[in-house]
Amino acid sequence: MTSHSRRYLVVDLNSQKTEVRELPERLLRDYLGGAGLGTRLLLEWVKAGADALSPDNPIVFACGGLSGTMAPASACHAVVTKSPLTGFLSTSVSSGLWSLALKRTGFDAVVVTGAASAPVYLFIDDSQVHFRKANSLAGKGCLQTEAVIRRESGDSRVQVASIGPAGESLVRFATIKDGHRLPHRGGAGAVMGSKKLKAIAVRGTRPVSVPDIGNMRDACADLNTHVHQSAASSGSRLAPAACLLSGSGPCSLPTRNYQQAIAEGAGSLAAECAKREYLLKVIACPTCPVACQHVYRVTEDPHSDEQVVLDREALAALGPLCGMYHLPVILRAVELCQSCGLDPVSAGVCVAWAMECFERGLLSSKDTQGLDLSFGSADGVVETIRKIGQRNGLGGLLAEGVKRASAKLGQGSENWAMHVKGLEVAGCDPRMEKSLALGLAAGLRPPTLDDGDGHLPSSLKDEEDLAAAGDSIGICPQVRRYFHDFAAEAAQLYTLATGLPISAAEVRRTGERINNLKKAFNIREGWQRADDWLPPRLFKDPADSGKGAGEVVSENDLKTAIDDYYRQRGWTADGLIPAEKLEALGMDDIREMLKGNWHETPPHTV
Amino acid sequence: MKRRHILCDRDRCTGCMICEFACSAAKEGRFDLELSRIRVLHATPALTDVIACRFCRNTPCVKACPRGALSLDEATQTISLDKARCAGCGWCLEACPFGAIALDESVKTVIMCDLCPNHNQPQCIEFCPQKALSLHVSVKGQG
Repeated sequence: MTSHSRRYLVVDLNSQKTEVRELPERLLRDYLGGAGLGTRLLLEWVKAGADALSPDNPIVFACGGLSGTMAPASACHAVVTKSPLTGFLSTSVSSGLWSLALKRTGFDAVVVTGAASAPVYLFIDDSQVHFRKANSLAGKGCLQTEAVIRRESGDSRVQVASIGPAGESLVRFATIKDGHRLPHRGGAGAVMGSKKLKAIAVRGTRPVSVPDIGNMRDACADLNTHVHQSAASSGSRLAPAACLLSGSGPCSLPTRNYQQAIAEGAGSLAAECAKREYLLKVIACPTCPVACQHVYRVTEDPHSDEQVVLDREALAALGPLCGMYHLPVILRAVELCQSCGLDPVSAGVCVAWAMECFERGLLSSKDTQGLDLSFGSADGVVETIRKIGQRNGLGGLLAEGVKRASAKLGQGSENWAMHVKGLEVAGCDPRMEKSLALGLAAGLRPPTLDDGDGHLPSSLKDEEDLAAAGDSIGICPQVRRYFHDFAAEAAQLYTLATGLPISAAEVRRTGERINNLKKAFNIREGWQRADDWLPPRLFKDPADSGKGAGEVVSENDLKTAIDDYYRQRGWTADGLIPAEKLEALGMDDIREMLKGNWHETPPHTV
Repeated sequence: MKRRHILCDRDRCTGCMICEFACSAAKEGRFDLELSRIRVLHATPALTDVIACRFCRNTPCVKACPRGALSLDEATQTISLDKARCAGCGWCLEACPFGAIALDESVKTVIMCDLCPNHNQPQCIEFCPQKALSLHVSVKGQG
C-alpha cells in the first residue's frame, strides 16, 4: 500500500447510500490528488450548466497526494465544486487535522452528490459511513457544531468540517470550517448548505505506508530542516501584519474600498497585531515545520477564552478595506465570520462596498436599520457581518456577493463592486502593483497577498502551473516558497510516497494539465474572454492619496498581457483550448467528456 | 543511569505532530499515528503539549500488570515489555497517570516510549523542527 489508497467514496444524499469506487492509476498519475484529482472527479460527476446551489452540483473533498505522510506541510485537502459566486470552478485548499483524518479513513477523495430532505451530517468512521440527523444543529455556529458532534461521538479523535448559519442560509460566500487557516473561498459552504449537509465528521485511524520509509524519512528530515530555517530567516513575513508594512515604504494595500492607498493607521495597526495582549501563539498544521497560524485573543480580557486565527487576507479585507484600523474590532469581525461560516475576504469586500454606497447616499439609514455604515465605523463592520450571517435586512442583499448586490442596487454601484467573475478580490492593489493585474483578471486561481512579486506573462503561466501541481500534490501554498526547487523536491517526495515515479518536468507538465482542465471546465460552463477582466474602478478611478496616487490600470496594457498569456498557454485568441493542446497534454478522455458542448456556450447559471 | 523522559517546551511547541510521524515511522516502519509512542494534545488552539512515558519512580503500570509483562529496566531506567506475556488487557493503560500507554489492537499488546535505544537520541527529539522537545534528566527529589 502507498500513500494513495486508490479508492474514493461517493455519498448520495438523495438516497442516503454510499459507494466505494476504484481510482485508476492513470488518473492519479495525471492529476496527483488534491485540487487536480478533485477537479477531474467533479467533471465526471457534474452535468454542464448545473445550478451551483442545486442537488445537481456535487462537492468533492480530495486529499493531497502526500497527505498522511511526514512530507512538509502535506496535511492538505482541496474542496472542489462549482462556485455559487462565479458559476465557474472553485478549488480551494485547506490543511489541518481534518485533512489528516480524512486521508486516514482510507479514501483519497469523497464526492457528495444530491441533497438531503432534512438536515444531516455525515460521520465517516474509517470505512463506515453514517448519516446522522442534524436537526438539533441547525443554526449553530461552526465551533459549537464541532463541539456537539465530538461530544456525541465521544472521541476526541473525531474531526469536524462544518458550515455555520451562513452556509445554511445559502450566503453565496459561505465557507467550510475545517482547519484553522485558509478559508474556502468561492462559496463551498453554500453548496454544502444547499445539500442540507451541516457537517462531515471524520475519524481516521488507518496507517499510511510508503514503499521506502527510510528514504522518505531522510528526505523529509532534510526538507523540514531547510524549510524551517529559511522560514525562520525570513523573519515575520508570515505574520498577519506583514501585509501592512512592505520593507521601508508603504505597502500597496487598498483602503476604503479601493478609494485610497493605505496611509496613516497602518503602522499602529501593525504594532497592535504584535502585542502580547492579543497575539497568544503561533501554531502549525500537522507536519508543518514553519507554523504560520497566528492565534489571537478576541478581547483584551485575559480571562476570555475566545480565540481566532487571524490571517493577512482577513486582516486586509476586514481592516483597511473597510477603513478600520482598530485591531479588537477586526478580531471580533473575524470571530463572527468564523462562527457564522463566512469567507472573511468576501465579507470584507461586501461591507466595504456597502459602506461606499452608504457614504454616497445610495443606502439610507432606513436601509441599514439605523446603523452607521460610514468607513471606519466599528458597529458598521461587526453588525453588518452579523446581518450577512443571518441574511437579515441589508445582510440579505450583501449575502449574494457584490456582483449580484450591485446589479440589484444599480445606480452606478457596479463601478465600485470589487469582484472578478463574481468572486470578491483580495490582495494588493493592481493600480500600484501593475504586474498583479494579469493574474487578477485572467488567473486560474484567486489571487492572494502572496502574489506580490510580479507577473510577466511567462512567469504567470509557470507560477500557476507550479501552484496547481502543489495544490494537487498537497503542499501548503505558504510553505512552498521555502523549498530550494519546489518542482524537483515535490517530485522526489511524490515518488517516494506513492511509488509512482515522476520527474520535476512532469510535475510542471501535470500542473499545466490541471490548469487546462480547470479552464476546460469553465469553458464548458460558458466562460468567455470578456470574463477575464477587472472591475471598472481599477481602470477609471485613481487612488486619491498615498503611494501610487493618480495611477490606474491601462486597458490596453492589460489586453496585451492577456493576449500574451493565452499565447503562452497555447490557447486561441479567444482564450479557448484547441483540441491539439488537449491531445498534447494527454487529455483525450477530457475531450470526449466535453464533447457536444465544447465550443458552445451554455447559459450562465446566475 | 538516571531516570530520563521526553519533555516538551509548550511555548515552542506548535502542535505540528512531526514527532508522532517520526515515532511511528521509526517504530512501525509506516506513518501510523495510532501507534505513536508520543502524542500531541491539542487542548485549545493556543495550547498544545505532548505526552510520552514519564518512567515514574513508583511504576504504577508495572504494579498494575496482572501478568508480570512489564518491568523496570534498572540499566536504562525505562519500562520493558515482555510481549509474550502481555495479553493487551489494558490495566496498565488505566493505571498510567499520564495516559502515555497505548494499545496496538492488531496484536493486542501495549506500546509505550522506550527512548529509542537503537538511535543516537529519541527520534521525536531529532525530528522536532521547533526544538521544543528535549530529554529531561530527573534529579532525585525533583521528580
